Amino acid sequence: MNSELLGVILMFVLTLALAIPFGKYIAKVYEGEKSLLDFFAPLENFFFRISGIDAKKEMNWKESMVALLTINLVWFLFAMFILMNQGWLPMNPDHNPSMSSDLAFNTAISFLVNCNLQDYSGETGATYLSQLVCFTFLQFVSAATGLAAAAVVFNALKARTTKDLGNFYNYFIKSLTRILLPISVVVAILFMMNGMPMTFDGKNTISSLQGGTDTVSVSTGPVAAMIPIKHLGTNGGGFFGVNSAHPFENPNYFTNIIEMIIQLLIPMAMVFALGYYLRKKKFAWMIFGVMTLGFLCLVIPNMIMEQHGNPAIAKMGVDMSAGAMEGKEVRFGTPASAYWSIVTTVISTGSVNSFHDSFMPLSGMNEMLAMMVNAFYGGCGVGILNFFIFIIIAVFISGLMVGRTPEFLGKKIEAREMKIAVVVTLLSALLIKGGTALASYWFAANPVTHAGWLNNPGFHGFSEMLYQYTSSNANNGSGFEGLGDNTPFWNITAGFVMILGRFLPIIGPVAIAGILANKKYIPESAGTLKTDTVTFGVMIFAVIFIVTALSYFPALVLGPIAEYFSMIH
Amino acid sequence: MAKRQRNTALFQKELVNEALVQSFVKLNPRIMFRNPVMFTVEIGTAVMLYVTVYSMMSKDTSEGSVGYNFSIFVILFLTLLFANFAEAIAEARGKAQANSLRKTREETPAKKIIANEIKVVSSSSLIKGDVFICETGDIIPTDGEIIEGIATIDESAITGESAPVIRESGGDKSSVTGGTKVLSDKIKVQVTTEPGESFLDKMIALVEGASRQKTPNEIALTILLAGFTLIFTIVCVTLKFYADYAHTSITIAAYISLFVCLIPTTIGGLLSAIGIAGMDRALRANVITKSGKAVETAGDLDVLLLDKTGTITIGNRKATNFYPSVGVDNEKFIADCVLSSLSDETPEGKSIVELAKSQGAKTQATDALLKDARFVKFSAETRSSGIDISNGVRIRKGAFDAIKNLCEKAGNQLHRDMEVKVKEIASNGGTPLVVSENEKVVGVIELQDIIKPGISERFERLRKMGVKTVMVTGDNPLTAKYIAGKAGVDDFIAEAKPEDKMNYIKKEQKLGKLVAMMGDGTNDAPALAQADVGVAMNSGTQAAKEAGNMVDLDNDPTKLIEIVEIGKQLLMTRGTLTTFSIANDVAKYFAIVPALFITSIPALQALNIMHLHSPASAILSAVIFNAIIIPMLIPLALKGVTYKPIGASALLQRNLFIYGGGGVLIPFIGIKLIDMAVAFFI
Repeated sequence: MNSELLGVILMFVLTLALAIPFGKYIAKVYEGEKSLLDFFAPLENFFFRISGIDAKKEMNWKESMVALLTINLVWFLFAMFILMNQGWLPMNPDHNPSMSSDLAFNTAISFLVNCNLQDYSGETGATYLSQLVCFTFLQFVSAATGLAAAAVVFNALKARTTKDLGNFYNYFIKSLTRILLPISVVVAILFMMNGMPMTFDGKNTISSLQGGTDTVSVSTGPVAAMIPIKHLGTNGGGFFGVNSAHPFENPNYFTNIIEMIIQLLIPMAMVFALGYYLRKKKFAWMIFGVMTLGFLCLVIPNMIMEQHGNPAIAKMGVDMSAGAMEGKEVRFGTPASAYWSIVTTVISTGSVNSFHDSFMPLSGMNEMLAMMVNAFYGGCGVGILNFFIFIIIAVFISGLMVGRTPEFLGKKIEAREMKIAVVVTLLSALLIKGGTALASYWFAANPVTHAGWLNNPGFHGFSEMLYQYTSSNANNGSGFEGLGDNTPFWNITAGFVMILGRFLPIIGPVAIAGILANKKYIPESAGTLKTDTVTFGVMIFAVIFIVTALSYFPALVLGPIAEYFSMIH
Repeated sequence: MAKRQRNTALFQKELVNEALVQSFVKLNPRIMFRNPVMFTVEIGTAVMLYVTVYSMMSKDTSEGSVGYNFSIFVILFLTLLFANFAEAIAEARGKAQANSLRKTREETPAKKIIANEIKVVSSSSLIKGDVFICETGDIIPTDGEIIEGIATIDESAITGESAPVIRESGGDKSSVTGGTKVLSDKIKVQVTTEPGESFLDKMIALVEGASRQKTPNEIALTILLAGFTLIFTIVCVTLKFYADYAHTSITIAAYISLFVCLIPTTIGGLLSAIGIAGMDRALRANVITKSGKAVETAGDLDVLLLDKTGTITIGNRKATNFYPSVGVDNEKFIADCVLSSLSDETPEGKSIVELAKSQGAKTQATDALLKDARFVKFSAETRSSGIDISNGVRIRKGAFDAIKNLCEKAGNQLHRDMEVKVKEIASNGGTPLVVSENEKVVGVIELQDIIKPGISERFERLRKMGVKTVMVTGDNPLTAKYIAGKAGVDDFIAEAKPEDKMNYIKKEQKLGKLVAMMGDGTNDAPALAQADVGVAMNSGTQAAKEAGNMVDLDNDPTKLIEIVEIGKQLLMTRGTLTTFSIANDVAKYFAIVPALFITSIPALQALNIMHLHSPASAILSAVIFNAIIIPMLIPLALKGVTYKPIGASALLQRNLFIYGGGGVLIPFIGIKLIDMAVAFFI
């Protein structure tokens, strides 16, 4: 128990220790300062030259967003093509079929938007070509998209008045060459040294212990190429169906530690990058403090609940001393699994090393809460953008509370910014609650036709549906599983939730930042509310708590909370 | 100061009656539509009326009993009335305040000049450009500008100040206000406003809501509140489908109750009352604002430009010391000073005589000398004044360099110690007044500014609010620096010309600061217009009053400080009540959500942490609490949250604790208490 707990603490401390210097490095990259990896410059220039992009041309926020949406549209069409034709395209030693159009739609979007909700299973549903040129490629570029958008916001928050927010393509390419690629290569090598496969040979045939003719086919593939970026880019889409619970995707406790660290690394580092970039380290620590408080409020109860196990099962005389081990890997144990369950949901990875469906009801609720907030560290680049929206609302309310028109980093927050912040906040409530309502309605209206949807009807079934839309909206991609989600209904509705849940929450903060950047800069005075204080941190936390609790309380009551009280009664 | 008695009671009987009537008038959906939060409550109320009638007619109890539905309907209706009442009472108070100012000027006879003849007409028939005459004892019929003559005027009806003031044509004090009374002399006045368009009329229109536009901040807040309303709409609509899934039926009354309780009705109902009360508070401070935005901007001010005289120092300088030159007899010197000042009517001159008397100088002996003396008035050219006595002695007193020139022209070098003394006085914040007799310097009088008691504490308070104070003075930089340091202002503009103010304002604005200034003269007008908040004195010229966005009826230069606090209070009241309103929802959820599901999911009884009596009583209690919290907060909305200059972070901490923490806790207690009462009836 103690060593298990120590393992968790070690993972967190190591991540933090790496995130601080890495944040400084990221800030340097976006500021265009000299750094270790400048030898990539010729490669970057080559890309700019062949695509005819002037990487020095300043763009305003609208131009940046047009660029972002354009390149995303191109990738979407590309991914659709590959997935719907993978059956006859090369690199398909296992002879897996092409995807149906609704599954391809869901999958293409899912990887495009950094969600990686997988309604297919990697072993049988995707070819090596799809895994590499479609999934792994999109995992890189979707992470870089989020980072580049965050870089635009960083630039906009500088103390000056301007429309020019740097060049989006430049941020994008540099996110790839200077941040994502180098680390992925190093980590891939570490993974291969720990037994992760990297092969194009197709299924392996292995003799079972019985020997003789009793053989099993074991799926392999170019796994080590995908898994680093799967975590580093907070993507979470695994090579195999069971994700990081699969021994080839997560061979041992050491790889578990690495996977854990690299998925939290960039979301944490971006906070410090903001601090270095704006020369406001204290502000960054305030944000980090709020995020960490939120994270701990979710992860500690989960570890305790999972450690305690299920009282209903204990009543049946089953020993629960190892915790609730259903759906968990013995090699990781309950603390590391519970820790992973929250890490993967606060940030938008959504990879799993245990099955969320089997967690205690309130642990499941915490996982959903983590995704509903989606800003305690949050996804690669986008986490800080989501947090930015909460900052705007908190600044507005607290500015009023101290008797001054609200201002943030020297810029006044007015009606237009509030409108955007409100729309973004509203949107996630609408997508999650609306989606779940639609599914509930459909299910309640035709319980027989849709019996295949839910493995567990009742409260838990409700949680499964709620989780699916929460995960889609948060671009998380983890599933409560137990949900028969490869149907046109789920593929299409979740697909739309993913698109809207991805792009509007990126455009919103960038728009706010762009509008703010264009406003007159007002230097701080004694009457200005300082945003780098503990008090303001408490204010942001209160805003996050209230907005989330008020939006989702009734839904959570009918899902995990009702399940919990039924369980203990 | 004999301030006019003001009625400060929050709820006066006649105002309450008027507000009650208005509460019903405002139920008109077209008026209600301006307030999205309350408008949705009105829709909910209408639906409940329908449900009540339906359950009465059809005897169908699937939507709850008639009594229950009717109770919910009544409470929602009351919620609407309470919110309307809050707005109406704020309006009524503002209007009453403005009317009491306006009353004095209604239907007074005016001596209008028509083709060189005086004709008595009613004041209401005067239009802009008309000219009328006012003589001793006349009430001035309307606002105007003196074009001929000088008069002492009693402005106590407007300002509450009993001491009469002098108004004369041509200068910066040429403006007269309707309702004030001429005490002496005769003036010819040109009307400057159309009937119904005076500042007071504008203010009344603002308060009445006819021309009241939402301020930018109010708009932003309304968006946030509308956002919350939409989130709760989503919550309530989707809940229907979740309930279907959970095989639970929820009555329409319960849905609407949940919805009304969750949306921020408290702040939604009080929002316009808070805005009106802000303008009303300004009016109570005797400041007329031309827009609600100006009050709000006042709370944001970064820089205040304050005239030294009258604001920082008491009126005029006073003589504090006599320093004779080397070789001049002290008594002889004082005698010269007295001689030159006896006919000098300026406050400085009087103070010299006073000081001399207090040092034992005899003034009777000099009376004889004054008989055929010729008094030389101060002029901008000579920058000195004095007296030519019949025995041929010429005494002059004036600025150092003016007297120095005068003496040097006559070939008299002045003593070096005089120069030293003059510098010493100046660097101590005093003004040296050099005296010469027959073009020979005999000594120097030290004049000192008297800084108003308590003023440096007020500047300290402003500094804590984050407001920078700037003293504007015509003094030389040395004197200005000394007084600035002593009074505790942050910066000063010395030897200020009108355009210096303008340039300073522009410079600060370029840095993103909001600047306020006070002024009265026509030459102040451009700067008043340039400033973000320009407060014109009521005694000032029409041009100044047009240029500024506030008019101070008291002509009190320290009023800016009060205005800043009123602005801050306005914003704070909005912010704290928003926080309170939204924090309330936590308790309301715990009251209503278990009530909705307890019958079909008994395990959820555990969420009923308040142990409310029954689902019906829980819902009723939550709705009742939601309704009565509005009238309970009306006094706070009208008076405003107290502002304390303790720094923004400390203030946030305090308000977050009181209104955020209180907002979470109070409804738990309130709903429980109401539930205990409601349990008796059902």
